[in-house]
Amino acid sequence: MSEAPQLKILITEDNIADCLIINKLVKDQGYQTIVAHNGLEAIDLFVKEKPDIILMDALMPKMDGFEAAKRIKLLIGDDFVPIIFLTSLNDDVSLVSCLEAGGDDFLSKPYNSIVIAAKIQAFKRMVILHRTVQTQRDEITRRNEYLLQEQKIAKKVFDNVAHLGCLGASNIKHLLSPMSVFNGDVLLASRKPSGGMIVFLGDFTGHGLPAAIGAMPVAEIFYDLVAKGFGIEKIIYEINQKLNTILPIGFFCCASIVDINYSWERIKLWNGGLLDILLKKNNGSVRPFKSLHLPLGILSTKEFNAECVEYDMKVGERVYLFSDGIVDLKDSEEKEFSLNGFADYLLKSDDSDEVFLHILEQEKLSFERNMSNIDDVTFVEIKMISEDVISNKHRLVQNSDLRGARDWSMSFEMFNQTIRDFNPIPLMLHITMEVPELRIFNNDVCMVLSELITNGIDHGLLGLDSQLKNSANGFQQYYNLRNERLNNLSGESLHISLRHLPDATGGVLVIRVVDTGEGFDFRAIDLDIPKASQMSGRGIPLLTRLCESIVYEGNGNAAEAVYRWEKTQDNNLL
Amino acid sequence: MSIVSHLSASGDVMKIGIQGRFDFGSHQDFRESYDKNDSNVKEYNVDMAKTTYLDSSALGMLLLLRDHAGSGAVIKIINCNKDVFKIFEISNFDQMFEISAAK
Repeated sequence: MSEAPQLKILITEDNIADCLIINKLVKDQGYQTIVAHNGLEAIDLFVKEKPDIILMDALMPKMDGFEAAKRIKLLIGDDFVPIIFLTSLNDDVSLVSCLEAGGDDFLSKPYNSIVIAAKIQAFKRMVILHRTVQTQRDEITRRNEYLLQEQKIAKKVFDNVAHLGCLGASNIKHLLSPMSVFNGDVLLASRKPSGGMIVFLGDFTGHGLPAAIGAMPVAEIFYDLVAKGFGIEKIIYEINQKLNTILPIGFFCCASIVDINYSWERIKLWNGGLLDILLKKNNGSVRPFKSLHLPLGILSTKEFNAECVEYDMKVGERVYLFSDGIVDLKDSEEKEFSLNGFADYLLKSDDSDEVFLHILEQEKLSFERNMSNIDDVTFVEIKMISEDVISNKHRLVQNSDLRGARDWSMSFEMFNQTIRDFNPIPLMLHITMEVPELRIFNNDVCMVLSELITNGIDHGLLGLDSQLKNSANGFQQYYNLRNERLNNLSGESLHISLRHLPDATGGVLVIRVVDTGEGFDFRAIDLDIPKASQMSGRGIPLLTRLCESIVYEGNGNAAEAVYRWEKTQDNNLL
Repeated sequence: MSIVSHLSASGDVMKIGIQGRFDFGSHQDFRESYDKNDSNVKEYNVDMAKTTYLDSSALGMLLLLRDHAGSGAVIKIINCNKDVFKIFEISNFDQMFEISAAK
């Protein structure tokens, strides 16, 4: 037989003559038969032989058909084994009790071979259909379990790569749906080695694995470049290039990125394809920052624009980033929970906890109303705080067993075009981190490097006055002037030299930056901790706390910082 | 959701009308609407007059159409309602496509 395998039919009949007749009828149809003579035997054979269809006499000794049917139905479980009652009872009540006992149909005696053949044929079709469905169901269940297992593993890998970074910081609050991995949202935050932090919120096209896969290189590039001291534009540039290379056409990543600078109380923002970034100001107003760029991954490096918007952000002010899902939230009046609505809410409320509760409530409502339609919602609030307090404790470190570079010096000189286009800090940091014991002081070293280099360029070469930054529109003016003068640089250079030498107690890193500018009156600088109004000074008071010494020479166009670390006396200290 | 496309008699303008939600579910239909014998097409008109919703996969599909059209053809997205237009605005797709709102 080409189709289903031969069906096995259990015939249960106490009357020998009837039994012979029906057995012959069924066999003649080409089925295999087994025979029981009462209910108990039927149950026994059912268990042993696993028949496909059961023909069951109603009235039998020892155990009747009704009882046997009930028990067999319990044993059947998920399978479908039709029970057809054979009965000479004709009244409605008896027929109903056949069905109530779990029977699927009945055949009235005397037997009619055509009717028997037709009924068995009909049930055979149902048995086969049921089995097909069951096989498919089991296959789907198996595959689904497999998929869930795979997702679990994938999520673990994902969480290790796209970890939450410094999202736990006290000035960050965020909302990230637990399913976010597979619905395309990615939220990353990292402290910059020079102080402050960068937060990245991305929303990939589509859902599921493709979105999650795209998020991994983004996270890797992000954490790697932030740690190495690269600026936000470079990071955005690199991420776009990577996504442009790996994502198929039609896939991209909408993103909002914010770089927060505590010491200057400034933010830099880039928004490509996400909802307005909102800044809640201390005066109660809300400043939106529109998406000015195409999402990441669409444009080639040549066409791409990583230009950021800069803005003042005072201590206590809060900035909000959103993923697309937030517009899908509906408010109680059924109208779209628009971002304008949220901005209005932000205007009303000064309490950030209240704002969060509001969002959570909206999400819950939306979820209850329409489970299938909810997009992933990611939401993050970052508060401007004053510069992290830097402790002046001795920098103690265990002597490392790692091989590395401990006694060396290098110098690097940049001329006009390089000064304009190249950020030397990652390169310098890379070299200093070859001293194994210095690695944990990455942040300190980066801060000293950035301050000295920025001073050398901004004040030494470009002659910019940091007082400018204190006025209302000062920052913008400062930056315009900075760009203008950078473009007009000629005949200038900035010379950076680094020297690291171990000594009896640990090691000393000397950072020297010399510019070809006119210099400045370094005696006028107050080396005390800056008051708020002096925050945008040359950052020197800050450096005096990090370094053993800061010395200016010449006209003030040469600065030398000495950074010292010490070995612990006993190895258990760290 | 339904997508209907129509090639002008001269064979150089392809009109694609999108009705209802334009999202991931429209992928196949949208692709089929332009993926025909269209080597002479110089202009694609994507008519959004009856489009009620647009998601990021729809934006992705437009990028696919752009890739398919190549540099030899322009793509105009016309008759966008307020919500749809806003999505194009946020995503800055107007930098890549000619987009116009409903009159």
